[in-house]
Amino acid sequence: MEELFLLAERLSGRVIQNINSTAVGGGVAEILSRMVPLLGQLGVKARWDVIKGDEKFFAITKKFHNGLHGVPTKLNNGEYEYFLEVNRQNAADIVFDDIVFVHDPQPVALIEKRSEIGKRWVWRCHIDFSRPDPKIWKFLSQFVTRYDATVFSAPAFAQKIPVPQLLIAPSIDPLSDKNRELPEQTIDSVFERFGIDRSRPVVTQISRFDYLKDPLGVIQAYKRARAHVDMQLVLAGGGATDDPEGPMIMERVKEEAEKDRDIFALFLPPASDIEINALQRGSTVILQKSLREGFGLTVAEALWKAKPTIAGAVGGIPLQITHKHSGILTHSIEGTAHWIRQLISAPEYAAKLGANGREHIRNNFLITRHIKDYLLLFVSLFHDGDVVYL
Amino acid sequence: MDDFHFYTKLDQTILLGVQAQNVRGLLRGIKKVPDSSIYYHTHRFLHQHHYLSPEPPNDFAYWVSQVLGDDALGEQLWSVDIVEFQSIAGLREKFAAILKRHLASTKRHIDCPDGEEFYFMASRTFVFPTTYVAQNLAEFAEVLEKVSINSLYYHMFDAKLRLEHGENDFSRWFHGLGKTQLANETRSLDPYSHTLEGLRQRIVTLVKKYDSH
Repeated sequence: MEELFLLAERLSGRVIQNINSTAVGGGVAEILSRMVPLLGQLGVKARWDVIKGDEKFFAITKKFHNGLHGVPTKLNNGEYEYFLEVNRQNAADIVFDDIVFVHDPQPVALIEKRSEIGKRWVWRCHIDFSRPDPKIWKFLSQFVTRYDATVFSAPAFAQKIPVPQLLIAPSIDPLSDKNRELPEQTIDSVFERFGIDRSRPVVTQISRFDYLKDPLGVIQAYKRARAHVDMQLVLAGGGATDDPEGPMIMERVKEEAEKDRDIFALFLPPASDIEINALQRGSTVILQKSLREGFGLTVAEALWKAKPTIAGAVGGIPLQITHKHSGILTHSIEGTAHWIRQLISAPEYAAKLGANGREHIRNNFLITRHIKDYLLLFVSLFHDGDVVYL
Repeated sequence: MDDFHFYTKLDQTILLGVQAQNVRGLLRGIKKVPDSSIYYHTHRFLHQHHYLSPEPPNDFAYWVSQVLGDDALGEQLWSVDIVEFQSIAGLREKFAAILKRHLASTKRHIDCPDGEEFYFMASRTFVFPTTYVAQNLAEFAEVLEKVSINSLYYHMFDAKLRLEHGENDFSRWFHGLGKTQLANETRSLDPYSHTLEGLRQRIVTLVKKYDSH
């Protein structure tokens, strides 16, 4: 904490202005709603503005979003023009502060204002940028390259651009409902409610029922492991409304669960943080067998609870798990099955992985680290060099 | 002799947009990235996993072993004894030499799976003065138990290799106090084989021992 205050002092007299496209819903709004007050508590003046846009604008930015995630997408010239028009309208309305911190592609073209007003500008990309649609990226990059710095969540998202690119990973809030300590009775009551037997090993994956989270692969891994060790499998999460394959995946998971009394497919409503927390805390092993992943904060949530965790080596997951040190990284159904057996059969080793994982999250992925990285980012805008004496 | 002023540091991680898919690419990257990248990839594990002992491998060794599956080459990269090096240039040359020798001796050229490329990164270090000052060994031992891990890390690791002071800051100060034996013992510690908390306790114990002499 002392170091946070030392950094905050260096920002005395400056105002950080966050700008994004939504005040509620979504990960960015969730982060900002926690971050802005915390910066204030450290004595840093921070504000948060939301750009205005109509349905047409957000339909276009949704196309950007899909294209940047690698989904084939087409935009016409009129759509690009309309995107710019809305950004220019917002730029005319907003009063800009010392450090303009722009989040995601929707407000990226506000940077056009820079030639008129100066200021320090940072663009923060919260999405998986590993395989962006080349046309959309070409359009956006003309704006991104005018910023003083850019920020990405994982090394794979870095681009070949002539402005500094910083790695700032997301974080979890240890005091939130999803992560805070829970009384054993609460965990017991959640398990009882779902009919899961806590006296037997429980292997859990918390994720949307989405092809990329590979719930069917998880079931296959469970079946292989189950031939050798007693266990129950919990798949818990919500649906994927923007995934056309989602309903089919959910149906197949349901079918599998109906055939096996030890598979629990739990379709949880959005406000289920306590249930998710309890399921993670009461599990023997946690899985996150993703095929692709932005960052994969469910891994950080599991590790924070000192749970031995087996996860796909994709996206930001290798930042959170060092194989055989703070968890297990796998690449296949067979590998996942192998490690499920190993961790259930070797509880001392599993506990050591879990303890290391918790320490790793404590040191690297809690909200305090996230704030430190942001403060350092803002301070760094005023300094050059590899080693800076403040 | 001047008082010892404790500093602390914070690091910012820079993405370089340079990646490798195989050993040849790793060598190409090692040759061209800035010193701050070599330092980052040989110290990241230590900094992020400072509670683990024995020391996990450097990033190069980890990637070669875990992703490319070449345990023999990984072991060579892992066994580079960082404590022996006085400069990052020397460390870079050592890694490059191992990779060159490997490439010359094998026809086995394996690409990593998609998505598991080695991404070169670097760090910018921001150094701050703290309020902690020691005027003698007794005060030094007392303060060293209080300062942050980042402060310990800065004076023991960054000072020697990143800032190329030739040795850690503590040994230099002990020398200035005329405590040559303490300075030598602190300098000869292998900081890479301790957890950072273990290292802190080891130095505190040494300082207390020599303070009573």
